[in-house]
Amino acid sequence: MPKVTMRVNGREVSGEVEGRTLLVQFLREGLGLTGTHVGCDTSQCGACTVHVNGLQVKSCTTFALDVDGAEVTTIEGMANADGSLSVIQQAFQDHHGLQCGFCTPGMVMAAAALLKENPKPTEAQIRHHLEGNICRCTGYHNIVKAVLAASGQDVSAIAAE
Amino acid sequence: MPKDGIGASIKRREDVRFLTGTGRYTDDINLRGQSYAWFVRSQVAHGKLNKVDTTAAAKMPGVLRIFTAKDFEGVGGLPCGWQIHDRHGKPMLEPKHPVLAEGKVRHVGDPIAVVVAETEAQARDAADAVVIDIDELPAVLDMKAAVAGGPLVHDDIGSNLCYDWGFVEENKAATDAAFAKADHVTTLELVNNRLAPNAMEPRAAIGDYDFATDMHTLYTTSQNPHVIRLLMGAFVLGIPEHKLRVVAPDVGGGFGSKIYHYAEEAFVTFAAKQLRRPVKWTATRSESFITDAQGRDHVTKIELALDKQGHFLALRTETYANMGAYLSTFSTAIPTYLHGTLMAGTYKTPHIYVNVKAVFTNTVPVDAYRGAGRPEATYQIERVIDKAARELGLDPLEIRRRNFIKADEFPYQTPVAVVYDTGDYDATMNKLESLADLAGFEKRRAESAKAGKLRGLGVNTYIEACGIAPSHLVGQLGARAGLYESATVRVNATGGVVVMTGSHSHGQGHETTFPQVIAEMIGIPVESVEIVHGDTANVPMGMGTYGSRSLAVGGSAMVKATNKIIAKAKKIAAHLMEASDADIELKDGKFSVAGTDKSVEWGAVCLAAYVPHNYPLESLEPGLEETAFYDPSNFTYPSGAYACEVEVDPDTGHVKVCAFTAVDDFGNVVNPMIVEGQVHGGIGQGIGQALLEHAVYDGNGQMIAGSFMDYAMPRAGDLPFYKVDHSCATPCTHNPLGVKGCGEAGAIGSPPAVVNAVVDALQRAGKKVSHIDMPLSPYRVWSAIQNA
Amino acid sequence: MYAFDFVKPKTLAEAVKALGAEDAQALGGGQTLIPTLKQRLAQPAVLVSLSGIAELKGVKAAGGSLTIGGGTSHATVAKEAKAYPALAALAANIGDPAVRSLGTIGGSIANNDPSADYPAAVLASGATVVTNTREIAADDFFQGMFTTALEPGEIITAVRFPVPEKANYQKFEQPASRFALVGVFVAKYAAGVRVAVTGASTEGVFRWTEAEKALSANFAASAVAGLAVPGGEMIADIHGSAAYRAHLIKVLTGRAVAAAG
Repeated sequence: MPKVTMRVNGREVSGEVEGRTLLVQFLREGLGLTGTHVGCDTSQCGACTVHVNGLQVKSCTTFALDVDGAEVTTIEGMANADGSLSVIQQAFQDHHGLQCGFCTPGMVMAAAALLKENPKPTEAQIRHHLEGNICRCTGYHNIVKAVLAASGQDVSAIAAE
Repeated sequence: MPKDGIGASIKRREDVRFLTGTGRYTDDINLRGQSYAWFVRSQVAHGKLNKVDTTAAAKMPGVLRIFTAKDFEGVGGLPCGWQIHDRHGKPMLEPKHPVLAEGKVRHVGDPIAVVVAETEAQARDAADAVVIDIDELPAVLDMKAAVAGGPLVHDDIGSNLCYDWGFVEENKAATDAAFAKADHVTTLELVNNRLAPNAMEPRAAIGDYDFATDMHTLYTTSQNPHVIRLLMGAFVLGIPEHKLRVVAPDVGGGFGSKIYHYAEEAFVTFAAKQLRRPVKWTATRSESFITDAQGRDHVTKIELALDKQGHFLALRTETYANMGAYLSTFSTAIPTYLHGTLMAGTYKTPHIYVNVKAVFTNTVPVDAYRGAGRPEATYQIERVIDKAARELGLDPLEIRRRNFIKADEFPYQTPVAVVYDTGDYDATMNKLESLADLAGFEKRRAESAKAGKLRGLGVNTYIEACGIAPSHLVGQLGARAGLYESATVRVNATGGVVVMTGSHSHGQGHETTFPQVIAEMIGIPVESVEIVHGDTANVPMGMGTYGSRSLAVGGSAMVKATNKIIAKAKKIAAHLMEASDADIELKDGKFSVAGTDKSVEWGAVCLAAYVPHNYPLESLEPGLEETAFYDPSNFTYPSGAYACEVEVDPDTGHVKVCAFTAVDDFGNVVNPMIVEGQVHGGIGQGIGQALLEHAVYDGNGQMIAGSFMDYAMPRAGDLPFYKVDHSCATPCTHNPLGVKGCGEAGAIGSPPAVVNAVVDALQRAGKKVSHIDMPLSPYRVWSAIQNA
Repeated sequence: MYAFDFVKPKTLAEAVKALGAEDAQALGGGQTLIPTLKQRLAQPAVLVSLSGIAELKGVKAAGGSLTIGGGTSHATVAKEAKAYPALAALAANIGDPAVRSLGTIGGSIANNDPSADYPAAVLASGATVVTNTREIAADDFFQGMFTTALEPGEIITAVRFPVPEKANYQKFEQPASRFALVGVFVAKYAAGVRVAVTGASTEGVFRWTEAEKALSANFAASAVAGLAVPGGEMIADIHGSAAYRAHLIKVLTGRAVAAAG
C-alpha cells in the first residue's frame, strides 16, 4: 500500500493507506485523532473540517494521499501550548456555543480560518462563513456570538437578547 | 449559598473535552479485534423477498460471515413500548418488526442481510455482491389511500389501520352538539410535515462479548441505555439484564431519534457472540435518512367553534398519523397521549374531541422527534385560532387573551384529561408584547415595504407537558414501562459527591447543572460533585432523557436521594456534637446545632461515615450512599408566547426571519445560560420545520430528500439572533425543584409563529392566502402568491 | 468508494501521460468528484490528482482579459480576480469556505454540473477554455448537463475571460444543497450583452438570447420586465417547478442588471 507522510499538529506522522483513504479516515483510524468527526457522506455538514496548509478543508472530501507532505491542523492541535483553551475555544465555552459537541470541532476550525482572514467579522460575515458547518443543537445563536466575542467584539447587547 | 448553585449561569464542564477533540462518541471507540458490519438494505419500498444469495459475497476478501433472517430464527422482534386501545376498546394492530426482513421488505432501507468483515471497506465491497431477488409490490404511501383499501403493508394483520383512537370518546356527543349551536366555525386542513431528526452524530453501535463470563456489552448512541438493555435483552435477544451492559457514551444529539431500540443494536450484540469478536457498525448519513425514526407526518382537519365574541366553544379534530412500516418503540403514544392531551392549549375550550387514525405505510417508521405530538397539537390550535381571528376581524393577541385560562384558575382541569398545575398566560403574552416591541411593528413594516418586501407578524402560545407520568396512570393507558427516574448519590470519605443518574446527557449539560443542585442543597462547591451517566454498569436504573424530563424527573430523584443523605449526615453530625438530630442545621457545607456555636464541617461528617471510630454504630450503618426513585404525580406544564417577524420577497417567495422572540415559563431555572441555549436550539429546529425541512418520498416510496443535498437543514445564515426570556416563572407545584422542562419548548412553539407571520405578510399585501403547508419553501410561497 | 490507484503528477506532461491509462480520471479539487465516488456512482481505476501541478495555478490580468489557471481554487479567484469583480464575487459565493479552498475552476467547468456557478460566468463572458491541446470557445464548450467538448484525457489548463464593462451574477440558492436553483450571469461588453443561466435548464447552462437582445438595446432592468419568461425545458423537482425556475430567471436577470449598475 502507498505510504503517506504529513505533519499533523506539528508532529510528523506517516502511515500506509489505500488510494481511496480519505484524510479523515487517516486521522481517525490511522492516527487515533478522533476529534475530527464525520456527520454526513455528501460533503455538507462540516464536522470534519481541518486546516491543510492553513486552508479550511473538509477532511472527508480530501484524499490522504493528496495531502502528502502537507501541514495539517486538527481540533486536537488548537489549544494553547500549555493545554489551556485558545481564545476561540474559550469563547465557545464562555458563550455556550456548543451542546452535544459533535459539530464543535468543525465549527472551531471554521471560525479559526475566518478570524485569520478577517479578524473583525460582522454577524453577517460569520453566518456566511459558517454556511458549510451544520449544527443541530444551538440554533447557531451562541456560535455566532462566540465567534464575535473571540474576535474581541462586544457581545453584551446580544447577551441581553 | 454557593455562587455556582441554582440560578447561576456557570460554564459547562463538558465543553473542555468537546472543544479539544477528546470527547468519546461511540464511533470513537475501537475494541481489540473489532470487525465491521455493513447492512444490505432494501432499495424498494415494498416487495416480496424471494431469495438472498450470499454465496459470491461470502468468498470476498475479509468477509467473516453474512447474516440473513434465517440466522435470527427464534429471536424476537423489536418491541413497541405502548399499546393503544382504539375508540371501541380494541387493542391496536401490532405487527412483528424483525431484526432482518422476513419474507417481505416494507420500506426503502429495511435491512435484509448484514456482511461482517475485517474492515468496513471489505464489508461494503462484499455487500455489493449479495444477490437479492425481490418481487416489487405497489407501495402504499398516502395515509388515506392506505386505509381505503390500499395494498397491505403487513398481510398478517389484515389492515393498514393500526388504531382509530378517540379522545376523550365520551366528549364526542357534547362536542358535536356545541358545534351545532356555534355562531361561527373555522375549519382548517393542514399537514404537519415529516421531518428527519438529523442529530449531527449518525447512529453507531458496537457489540462485544466475553466468552469467559458470558457477558454482553453494547456501546450505542442512545438517549436511554437502560431502556435498550431492557427491550433488547428481554424482548429480542433473551439476555438477562445482569449479563448485558449497555453503554451510551458521549452522544452527539438525539432529539428523540436515539430513544428507540433499533435493529442494528440487536444485530451487533447478537453477532458479537456468534463471531466471538467485537462487531462495529456506524451509519452513514444516507443510512440515517432511511433508518432513523422520523418525526411528525400528521394530516389533520381541525374545526374550532366560536361565539360572536370569539370565545371558543368547542374544538374537533381528525388526524391521520403516519406510523411508517413498523411500530417504533414509542410511536403509538405520540399522536395519542402526547398529542390529544394537549389539544386544550392555553385556552378554556369547554368541549374537545380528538380522533386519530394511525396508519401503516411503506415508509421509515415515525416516532418522537423534539416535541413529539405537542408540536403537532400546538400547530393545529394556533393556526386555526389565527384563521378564526381573521375571519372574525379580531386581533390575534386579543382572541387569545379572551380565551386564556386565567392565572387564578389553576389547577385547571382540561376536557382532555390533564390537570395543569400552574401558569400565567397573560403574563407571558404581556411580556412578549413588550420584548418583541409589537407596537413598533407597523414602522418596521413600512421600512420593509420600501425595500419591496412584505413584512408579517405571527404570534402564538403553546403548552407543553413534560416528564410524562405517573407510572400507574400511564400503565393504565397502555405504557409498557414505568416513567420514574432513579439516582444514587454516593458521598466519598473525603466529602466529594458522585451522582449516578438514569438521565442521559447528549447535549443538555447535566454534568454541569446537576452538580449545581447538589451544591445548593449541601453548600459545597460544584467542583466537589461528579455526574455519572450512560452506563448500565454504573447506574442502578434509568429511563433516560426525552420529553424534557431530565431535571423534573431525574433531578427530583437526585434531590430525593440527596435529602436522604442529608438526613443521615445530620444524625452523624448530631452524634459528633452530642446533640439531638432535630437540632442539626446544614448551611454552607457546615452542620451546626441550632442556638449554639457548635458546628462540624461537611467533610468531617463524611469522614466519620467511612471511618466510624466515633459513630453511632448501634443505630446507624456506616457509609453515606443513598438511592432514590422518583415517580412524578403529574406532568409539568411549561408554556409560553412566541412572536416571529418575517419578510417575504414577493418575486421569489423567499422568507427571511427578521426577528424571533420567545417568552417561556419554565418555572424555576437552574442554569439560565443552558436553558436559553435549549430554547435557541428548539427555535432553530422549529424554524427549520416551518421553512426548510421535509422528509419527502416519491410515489414509489423512494426518499427523495435522502441527503443534505435535498433535505434542507437550517444553517447559520437562515436564522437570526433570538430574543428569549424566562422571567414569567410559575414554579411547578409538585416536584421538589419547581422546575418544568425546557428542551422541546422552542421546537413546539415556533412553527406556528413562523407560518402565522408569513400568512400575515401575504394578507396585509392583499393576497388571499389563508394557509400554506410547511415547509414554506420559496417555491411554495411563490406558488401560493400566484394562486391567490 | 471502490478501490483505485492514486497518482499525483507534478507536471502537466506527467498528468497527460497518467490520464492515458485505462479508466483513468482526473481529480481537480474533488469537491464534487469525491462525494460522487463515495456514493459508488463512478469507478475509476486510476485517479490522477491535478493539485500538485504548479503551472495550472494562478490569476493573471493583461490587455483587457483575465486568465485563470485551470487548477486555481475558488478562494484564490475570489481574492485575486480584482480585474473582474463580478467573477471574484461569484467565486466568493461558491459552496462554502472549505469547497472554495480546494475546488477549482477547471474542475467545475469540466464537470459542468447543471447547478454550478462557474459555467454561467464562462458562458456569459464568452470566455475561452484553454486545454493542453487546444482552445475552445465557451459557446462550443458546454454541451448539456455534465457534458462538455473535452476529449478523454484532455486537461483544462486555463480559462481566459474578456473583462466586461459591467457584470453581475445573481444566485438563488436551492434551500438544501445551496447550489444554484437558478443563477444568472449578465455581462455587458462593447459588442453587446450576454446573459447565461445556470441551475434551471435540463440542458445545463444556456444563453437567454431574448434578454441579451433587449439588454443590448437598453441595459436596464426595465428592459427585462417586458420579456416573456424564457422557453426551453426547465428542471422540475421538489425545490421548484419548471414555471418557477423560468420565472426566477427573469427576476434574477433584472436584479443582475440593476446590480451591475
